[in-house]
Amino acid sequence: MQNNVLDYLERTVLRVPDKIAFSNGTEGMTFSEVDRESRAIGTWLHRKGIYKKPVVVFMNKHPREVTAFFGVIRGGCFYVPIDEEMPRARIDLILDNLQAEVILCDEQTAVTARGFSGGAEVVLYDEIKGTEIDQAALEEIHDRAIDTDPIYVVFTSGSTGVPKGVAACHRSVLDYIEQLSRVLEFDENTVFGNQTPLYFDACLKELYPTIKYGATTYLIPRELFMMPVKLVEFLNEQQINTVCWVVSALTFISAFDTFKSVIPQYLRTVAFGSEVFPIKQFRRWREALPQAKFTNLYGPTEGTGMCCYYKVERDFELDEAIPIGRPFANTEILLLKEDNTLAGRGETGEICIRGTSLTLGYYNNFEKTREAFVQNPLNTAYPELIYRTGDLGRINDAGELIFVSRKDYQIKHMGHRIELGEIEANVNMLEGIKSAGCIYDLAKGKIVLYYVGETEEKELVALLKDKLPRYMIPNHVRKLEQMPFTANGKIDRVTLTRYHQESTTKVLSTKEKR
Amino acid sequence: MEELLNILKDLHPDVDFEKEERLVDDKILDSFDIISVISEIAEQFDVVISAEYILPEYFNSAKALYALIERLEDED
Repeated sequence: MQNNVLDYLERTVLRVPDKIAFSNGTEGMTFSEVDRESRAIGTWLHRKGIYKKPVVVFMNKHPREVTAFFGVIRGGCFYVPIDEEMPRARIDLILDNLQAEVILCDEQTAVTARGFSGGAEVVLYDEIKGTEIDQAALEEIHDRAIDTDPIYVVFTSGSTGVPKGVAACHRSVLDYIEQLSRVLEFDENTVFGNQTPLYFDACLKELYPTIKYGATTYLIPRELFMMPVKLVEFLNEQQINTVCWVVSALTFISAFDTFKSVIPQYLRTVAFGSEVFPIKQFRRWREALPQAKFTNLYGPTEGTGMCCYYKVERDFELDEAIPIGRPFANTEILLLKEDNTLAGRGETGEICIRGTSLTLGYYNNFEKTREAFVQNPLNTAYPELIYRTGDLGRINDAGELIFVSRKDYQIKHMGHRIELGEIEANVNMLEGIKSAGCIYDLAKGKIVLYYVGETEEKELVALLKDKLPRYMIPNHVRKLEQMPFTANGKIDRVTLTRYHQESTTKVLSTKEKR
Repeated sequence: MEELLNILKDLHPDVDFEKEERLVDDKILDSFDIISVISEIAEQFDVVISAEYILPEYFNSAKALYALIERLEDED
C-alpha cells in the first residue's frame, strides 16, 4: 500500500522523465528535473539537521515553488507556503505560530523575507538546488515516514483575528487524490490549467494528480485573470483540457461575452467550487462547451481539499442552486441537528465529515482543534473524530446534499473563505476605532464594514491593507455615529444589513430619477 | 469623468485615481474590482464593455477608461 505522496513521483519519473510536469507557459520543469531538484532540497534539509519540522516556502508562483514543496517532503518535513499577497502582519502571525528554522525563497522574495522577525534563516532555492544528493539518507527518511506524518500546513481565516494553520498528512492527501482523480477521470493526457494560489489546499487538485499520472500542469500567470480574452487564448495555446477553478474565475470569462470572440476549444473537464455558481453564467459555459463535463466540488480545508462532488447533468432554473451532491468514496457526511442526532430527509443539519480525509487539525492550536474536530456523537464505543464544518445542509428529494447556509459569520468571497470576525478584530485593533461590524451582501458579492471611530474611511482602508490580504478588504466602508447592538450586547448585524439595503436602494432610486 | 472617479473611489477610497497610471500593472485593481467597475459603468453610463476591451491599457488609469467609455458611447 502506498503511504507516501512522493511514491507517485518516483513511479512517474521512470516512465516519462522528459515530459514537462509543471510550466508557467514560458518556463517549465520536466519530471526528472522536479525529481532531481526535490531530492537536492531534501538532502540539504537533512544535512542541516532539519527533520519533522515546518519549512516555510516563500516563492513566486513558479514550477520551482512546487518542486520546493516536494523537496521539503523528501526531507521528512512539511511545507508551509506563504505569499507576497499576504500582508506583513499576517505573515508575522503565521511565523510566530510555526517557529520555523528555515524560509525557502527565490531571489525576489528573499529581500522581503530578510526583514521578517523571528530569526528563521532565509535560504535561496537556487543556491541549494544543486546540493549533491544523498540517496541513502533520503531512502532512510522515506522508509521511516509513516502516512500520518504531516506534509503541509496551510493557513485559513480565524474569527478571533489569528489565522489557523491546517495540517494535512500523506494519508489524507492520498485518499483525496485517489477519489478526486476517479471522479474527474484524470489520466496522463490531462493538461491542467491551475488558477488557485499555491498557498491554499486548492492546488492539491493539480499538483498531485500531475505526479500521479505524469500529466502536465500550467500555472497560469495571475495577470491573465484580468484579461478574459487573453486568458482563453492561453488555454488554447497550451491545449489545456482540465480546469478546477473558483466560480468567480469562470464567471469572469463568461460575464463579458468572451465566448463570442474565443472559446476554450480543448476544455473537456470543468470543476468548480468554493462558491455558488450563478445559473445564468453556468448556462453560458454549457452552451460554449457542450462536450465538457461539469462538476461541482465542495469541501473545507480541514477535510483535505474537497470531500463532496456533484456531476451537473441536468438543467437548472435560474433560482436553483447546484447541489453539493454526495461524498467521495471512503468519506461519510453526517448531517447533525442541534441535539447531535441525524437530520432526516429534508431536515437541516450541520455538515460533518467522517473518514480518512480529515486533516490532523490546527497546528500549534489544540484549543481550536478541539472545538471543530470532535468525537463522533453517534459513536460511544471508541474514539473517532469527525470535523464539524459549520455549514448547514440538507438532503433534497433526489437524495442529493444541498448547502443551506453558515452557522456563523464565515463567508465565501471570490473563492476565499473569510471570517467576518477576523476583519472586525483587525479593524478594532486600529487606533481610534471604537467598534466595527461587518456584513456580507451575498447578491452583490460585497463585504460591507460599518464602524464607529475618529479615523476617516479612506485612512481606515489604507491601514487595513497592511493587516489583511486584499480579498478580505471590505468593498464598502461606512462610518456610523453609533453602532447598533442587540439586547445581549452583540453587534446587531440585522440592523446593519438594513442600513446597507436602505443605502443601496436609495442610490438606485436617484439613478431612476435621472 | 466625475461619475467614473466616484465609482473608482468607492472601491478604493485610499487611491488617488486622478494621478495613478498603473492601476492594473501595480495590482491596485484586481479582477474583482474590474468586474465591479464594468457593472457600475453599465448601470451609470449605459455602456457595455465587452471582453476584448478588458485589457490593462484601458484600465491602467481613470483617464484611459473614460476615453474608452466615450468611444463606446459614440459607437452606439
